Amino acid sequence: MRMDKFMRMVLAGTASFSVLIVALIFLFLGKEAAPFAFDPGLGKLFGAQWIPVSFQEELFGIYPLLAGSSLVTLLAMLFSIPLSVVGAIYISEVAQPVEREFLKPFIEILASIPSVVLGFFGLVVLAPLVKNFFGLGSGLNALTAALLLALMALPTIITISEDALASVPRSFKQASLALGASELQTIFRVTVPAALPGIIAAIMLGIGRVIGETMAVLMVSGNSALITLYPLDSVRTMTATIAAEMGEVPFGGHHYQALFWVGIALLLITFVLNTLSRIVLKKYGMAQ
Amino acid sequence: MRNSLLAISLVILLLGFSGCGSSDQEKTGAGAEARYLTIKGSDTMVHLVSAWAEEYMRLKPGVELSVTGGGSGTGIAGLINGTTDICASSRSINDREKDLAAARNLNPREFAVALDGIAIIVHPENPVNDLSMEQLQGIFTGNITNWQEVGGADLPILVFSRESSSGTFVFFQEHVMNRQDYTPRARLLPGTSALVQGVSADAGAIGYVGLGYVKEAGDTVKAISVRSPGAEMAVAPSDQTVKDGSYPVARPLFLYTNGEPQGTAKEFVDFALSEQGQGIVHEAGYLSVQ
Repeated sequence: MRMDKFMRMVLAGTASFSVLIVALIFLFLGKEAAPFAFDPGLGKLFGAQWIPVSFQEELFGIYPLLAGSSLVTLLAMLFSIPLSVVGAIYISEVAQPVEREFLKPFIEILASIPSVVLGFFGLVVLAPLVKNFFGLGSGLNALTAALLLALMALPTIITISEDALASVPRSFKQASLALGASELQTIFRVTVPAALPGIIAAIMLGIGRVIGETMAVLMVSGNSALITLYPLDSVRTMTATIAAEMGEVPFGGHHYQALFWVGIALLLITFVLNTLSRIVLKKYGMAQ
Repeated sequence: MRNSLLAISLVILLLGFSGCGSSDQEKTGAGAEARYLTIKGSDTMVHLVSAWAEEYMRLKPGVELSVTGGGSGTGIAGLINGTTDICASSRSINDREKDLAAARNLNPREFAVALDGIAIIVHPENPVNDLSMEQLQGIFTGNITNWQEVGGADLPILVFSRESSSGTFVFFQEHVMNRQDYTPRARLLPGTSALVQGVSADAGAIGYVGLGYVKEAGDTVKAISVRSPGAEMAVAPSDQTVKDGSYPVARPLFLYTNGEPQGTAKEFVDFALSEQGQGIVHEAGYLSVQ
């Protein structure tokens, strides 16, 4: 009996391990970032220039980084949402079993390509294509990064949307067909709306993947800290900034602390995205 | 059954910890017998000095070297305060530091152990062959934005730079750009290979890399000559011009010791200057001083 209690505690401990880790991450980020609030002051973060290494004045405004991450993510979603949702509909509803057996492994392979490899592909293949297509000086810009990220978000969105579509009860479709609706009408009027919360959750997860992606973006976005809405400008994302600068930054300096604030901003954004997707799922009664 | 499994895993865990403990003890035991040396200073040189230290410790088991960065200034301060045995510095000791050392009856001894030359690279089809230091400063700060302004084609200039974490970024900013900030439009690339790739792909591009990498890049980029302020002729970067000091975008890298080095410190400096040590210099992307 006592053993049961003991094992229960062990299991509960294991299950709440991730809660502990998240709490520790928040604590650690806060601890490293906190001194910045006192010395240069938080106002320094709300600026339009990110110049962390300078002989003149070091500036830690995170607006360019926020703008960079937002622009790249929006563009990537613009490309990947239509492609992946339509793809998922095809695989789940239209494709023959043989086609499905052929398509699914390839999508899974796409998901398993390391991002640094995709980044290299972007640098060597995609960037010159973008450059020549638009007649630019350089192909390292927000558009190239977004195309690459769209590629990385595809498998996530397709796989989860397809699961959502496949879990729509057969009786729904049978009822629709029995009432005289065509196959196409059934798909777009019955199956897709029924699976919509799942598809939205898939898109949210895709956004999460895109906004957190680092290596590929670091390699192809050009990393200029500009505030811009123009897709052919070079941008600097929050993740790329942390990855590129954390390695060599003097430990404990203002620059070091500012990078932790960028990390906190990133964490808050993903936190809000997660909460939003939970609210959506709950509203449609699909929350677990 | 589960109970015994748990017990076994606990025992393994404990064994693991005790294992760590005993190996730590061995280490300190060996460290007490051996001579222990600290090397502190330039972040640019950390990679090079670590490579030396690793090889040296492999050759002389029992000797322990600790290599830390922090910047050349930190290293020199450490040398003066006696917190480090050897200082690695990417600049010469200045007069103020010399006075500080003299006030403590110290006489820092300087050894030039490597040369760091930076080549300015452009697209191979770019007609511009040489630029002055003022023009380079204008280009990298964003005051000059078209190749026409420096005698080239009517083409916008695309500035490529290393990331701000790179020692080369700071060196270039300090020596070429007169300590001004880079143009915000500069594309910052995470590595030398990405930078060479970027410059080779864009007709209007300009960037900088360590001299060693230009040879590797071959015909994909063109290294341009640089004219020092007041000089008549532009000088092309090469091992020769960096060594004789006529190429302006270069610097020696130093090791400093307190007075004439002795014991392990002397052996380490000798090793750095030996043929093997200079081979490591070459592998790290710098030029040998010999």
